[in-house]
Amino acid sequence: MSTVKNEREPLFSAKNIRLMTTPLNKENPITKQVLGICSALAVTVKVEPAIVMAISVMAVLAVGNLVISLLRNTIPNRIRIIVQLVVIAALVILVDQVLKAYSYDVSKQLSVFVGLIITNCIIMGRFEAFAMGNKPWPSFLDGLGNAAGYGWILIAVAVARELFGSGTIMGMTIIPEGFYGFGYVNNGLMILPPMALIVVAVIIWIQRARNKDMVEEN
Amino acid sequence: MEYLNIFVKSIFIDNMVFAYFLGMCSYLAVSKTVKTSVGLGLAVIFVLGITVPVDYLLNNYLLAPGALSWLGAEYADIDLSFLSFIMFIAVIASMVQLVEMIVEKFSPSLYASLGIFLPLIAVNCAILGGSLFMQQREYQNIGEATVFGLGSGVGWFLAIVAIAAIREKITYSNVPAPLRGLGITFIITGLMGIAFMTFMGIKL
Repeated sequence: MSTVKNEREPLFSAKNIRLMTTPLNKENPITKQVLGICSALAVTVKVEPAIVMAISVMAVLAVGNLVISLLRNTIPNRIRIIVQLVVIAALVILVDQVLKAYSYDVSKQLSVFVGLIITNCIIMGRFEAFAMGNKPWPSFLDGLGNAAGYGWILIAVAVARELFGSGTIMGMTIIPEGFYGFGYVNNGLMILPPMALIVVAVIIWIQRARNKDMVEEN
Repeated sequence: MEYLNIFVKSIFIDNMVFAYFLGMCSYLAVSKTVKTSVGLGLAVIFVLGITVPVDYLLNNYLLAPGALSWLGAEYADIDLSFLSFIMFIAVIASMVQLVEMIVEKFSPSLYASLGIFLPLIAVNCAILGGSLFMQQREYQNIGEATVFGLGSGVGWFLAIVAIAAIREKITYSNVPAPLRGLGITFIITGLMGIAFMTFMGIKL
């Protein structure tokens, strides 16, 4: 973008910090940009796969943004989509193989959703919106920030669903045994897929109630 | 009978949107009016109906462990399945391109109505998801894979047309301000998902 600027800006200038922090709230990929919903909902029954998924997306998005940004002046515009897809697919294959090697159980639980990172719109969306027009370092930070914004929603939804659905977090029992004696029951509805949508809707509701400028007109 | 079972199962029980949340991005973005959502839904059925059987052939004769045995005994223990993501996405991207060219040539009116959605389909997770589920569930023959692809497409079509119809009506309702737009759409989709769960366990 800025080719005329001569003096080097510091690595963590205010502008770069902002690149990383706005996606956490105001420009959140899930609740504001509506990117990457598909995988966000399907892997959130338990906390552990959600964390693994968030880390995988962060790796693919940050490295992918960096690669695309380095290549941005050499990619012909007409075939950019296929170039981007190849970069993503190569990175996702790497992530998939690493997961299969080091945490096979989680890889089985995530099933097709690791592969679906390829078509996760958050990745193509950030490539198109940011990495194609910016320098490598800001692109890398943008990737990290957006993946973090995606990740915290994912983990928040997973915590809510696992806590109320199974009474555990990361497999550890959180709800005291005594509660069950008083007639408390785990809400089996939370484990069913549709509840992920409703939990995300509640997060959107809270977030937009606190930031009036994010409210949409119908 | 087996075909009918797979078809019904992939439409209602394993619905792409309500059970696996695939294709949610375009589902949320393009569901503002019924007309455009019908166009996108038809395009998805079409592309899924083509790519799933093509990827099935690719998987069974090239990628799966032992799939290369038709080349000779010495190739029988090659396992190329780690390449499946990149092969599937390449097939999908090129199929979408091909479909776009064919539709443009033979039916300009359909092209005009689908036009902008066709390229979008290449990155619709429902398409890649269809191929990956096909690989994971190990269908017996290409007929089953085709029926599965078509059924998944029809399921996605139903979901997006239904949500578009509801969203057209909901503009007249007084939704709480922070929920307007995205929030209420999520809640409606969740409720529709719960409704679709009543189909669970049906076996023909």
